[in-house]
Amino acid sequence: MSMTLFFDFTVDKTKNTINIKREFAADRPTVWDCYTKSEILDQWWMPLPWRSRTKSMDFREGGKWHYAAVGPNGEEHWSITSYVKIEPQKLFLANDAFGDASGNINPQMPQSKWTMNFSDSGKNTQNTHSGNR
Amino acid sequence: MRRDIFQAIADPTRRAILVLIAAQAMTPNSLAEHFDTTRQAVSKHLRILTECELVKQEYQGREIYYQIEINKMKEIDKWIEQFRKIWETRFNQLDKVLSTLKKQKK
Repeated sequence: MSMTLFFDFTVDKTKNTINIKREFAADRPTVWDCYTKSEILDQWWMPLPWRSRTKSMDFREGGKWHYAAVGPNGEEHWSITSYVKIEPQKLFLANDAFGDASGNINPQMPQSKWTMNFSDSGKNTQNTHSGNR
Repeated sequence: MRRDIFQAIADPTRRAILVLIAAQAMTPNSLAEHFDTTRQAVSKHLRILTECELVKQEYQGREIYYQIEINKMKEIDKWIEQFRKIWETRFNQLDKVLSTLKKQKK
C-alpha cells in the first residue's frame, strides 16, 4: 500500500491502559464487518504465523466469540471475547479472557476490557482501541 | 520476595523516583526533598524498586546512592514493543483483507 495510514500506540501505565489508533483505507461499514464477522476476523486477527480459528460467534450484547489462536505447530490457545455493549458501526465494548475448548473462562489468567471506536476520517475509517486490565 | 515490575512502575511516586535517578544517582534524603511524603515512604518505594531490580544501590562512604538499572528498564520497553508489533502485524493483515474486499466489490 503506497499511502501512509495513521498509527498511534501509547501505553498509560498509571491506568494500565493501552490506546491504539489506526486508520484504514475503507469505509466504516466494511471495517465494522472486519471486526465483527468471524469469517473475516479469522483472516487477520492473529499475527502470522499464528491464526485464529472460530468455534462460535454470537455478536450481540451478552454474546461471545469463542476462538482458538492456532500456532505453527498446531498448538491451541483458547480465547473468549464477551460483548458488553454494541452500537452498530460506531463502537463496541468487550471483555477478553483466556479459556478452554469448551468455552470456560480461566479466572487465573488476566482479562482485559476493550473499547473499540469507529469513526470516519475522510474516505477512510479511523479506529480507536482502548484496552485495560 | 519476587515482585512484578509492572506493579512497581504502576505507582506514580515510583515513576517519579525513576525519572529523577535516571538523570543522576541520588541518596534517599535528596530524593525525599522532591516529594511531600516522608523519608520512610520514599525508602519503602526504593525498597520495592530495588526488589524489582529496577534500581541498584551504590555505597559512597556512609551514603547510599540509588541509580537506575538500565537493562531492567529496557525489559519493559521490549515487552511494550512486542505488544506494539502484534497490533502492527494484525493491522497490516487487516489492510490486506480490506484491499481484497475492495477488489471483490468492484
